Amino acid sequence: MVTEKNTIGWSRNEMAQKVAADIPDGSYVNLGIGIPELVADHVPPGIEVIYHTENGLLGMGPVPEKDLADPELINAGKKCVTAIPGACYFHHADSFTMIRGGHLDICVLGALQVSKEGDLANWSTGAPDAIPAVGGAMDLVAGVKNIWVITEHNTKDGKFKLVNQCAFPLTGKQVVTRIYTNLAIINVKEKNLYVREMAPGVTFEELQRLTEAKLINESGK
Amino acid sequence: MINKIIYSTAEAVADIFDGATIMISGFGEAGSPIELIHQLIDHGAKNLTVVSNNTGSGLVGLAALIENKQVKKMICSFPRTANSTVFPELYNKGEIELELVPQGTLAERIRAGGAGIPAFYTPSSVNTPLADGKEVREFNGQLFVMEHAIKADFALVKCLTADRYGNLIYNKTARNFGPIMCTAAQTTIVQAKHIVEPGTIDPETVVTPGIFVNRVVQVSNPADESKLVADNRRYPW
Repeated sequence: MVTEKNTIGWSRNEMAQKVAADIPDGSYVNLGIGIPELVADHVPPGIEVIYHTENGLLGMGPVPEKDLADPELINAGKKCVTAIPGACYFHHADSFTMIRGGHLDICVLGALQVSKEGDLANWSTGAPDAIPAVGGAMDLVAGVKNIWVITEHNTKDGKFKLVNQCAFPLTGKQVVTRIYTNLAIINVKEKNLYVREMAPGVTFEELQRLTEAKLINESGK
Repeated sequence: MINKIIYSTAEAVADIFDGATIMISGFGEAGSPIELIHQLIDHGAKNLTVVSNNTGSGLVGLAALIENKQVKKMICSFPRTANSTVFPELYNKGEIELELVPQGTLAERIRAGGAGIPAFYTPSSVNTPLADGKEVREFNGQLFVMEHAIKADFALVKCLTADRYGNLIYNKTARNFGPIMCTAAQTTIVQAKHIVEPGTIDPETVVTPGIFVNRVVQVSNPADESKLVADNRRYPW
């Protein structure tokens, strides 16, 4: 258990910028609800990314002006969005054919916990009074080629999120390939966590202290 | 002559019986056939099993059907949403059952139901609590969970435009579960904003072929659920 609050590291927008910078031109991408939605604001000019939303739209555009919002044109978070020129609509079985069939390149999701082997827990804390809800998360992690997680490195009350074994119910086993936190970018390879980059002011020793799972330093620092 | 057009929502839902399994289209409010649901509330059929992605919001539409104690069990992927209070309260009191299904598995179970496929294997939910008690089988070195098809006695679906043959097109992301639900129900009941003459819908753009539809009823000005919720409306009015 780590108790003090982090004051160093990247902001949420900087984390989203880091994710966006890693998306190859021409990718088909699904962004989860919450912090992942910020990624779309940071894709560099000249890079064309097609956004998929599981409720049936390929070519999702930005949030509309308020008076142009259409309650029948929404994203997976049920917020009004727009459709870019060249977008297409489809029904749910086709949408999850894209997801489960391995047609999407990248999915960016939030996380409650990620294990050193890339297990993801992001749908339930397992609390007995919580209403369980899963949405499309289990299908996304089962089918999309690259599952990237964007998350704070630790919980608000300082608990580990990058753990040896997830305590919360799993969304999928050995599915996460990369983790972007406010402190570091970490690749998951062969059941180990490799640190690719650390935020300014973060040392490897400090990062390890804030991480339950053992880290391997590949950042060159 | 084939004419699937019905002239009132009351007539369209009149034969829905107690204990029926009913698919209801929609992802949140987009595509939710709110007028057909309200008619089902007036109709009063009870002990229903409802297959729908969510559980409605506020005190209108699907949430109102649940609040009216007509639903025994929900089969859905995401039973809590913003403004969704009716289902969580009843669930916490143990007064309604929940079968939680990953969204893609829900879609595929419905698709399979309509396609005459009794069960299938999917990678979704392997090694998670949602696979507990289900058959797991290895194909090409990877694990898959067996899931059963879902069929319904009735489907209530919202579309944009229909003709008397039951050919349908939808509006934007309100399409979602509509087309697959039309295929998986014994009786598919559709509310359409527009009804047009056969041939008006370009055959190349038909989304749901009419063979999957039994009844079409025109609802020219469907309610905007989020507006009703924002105005604290409750059904019955």
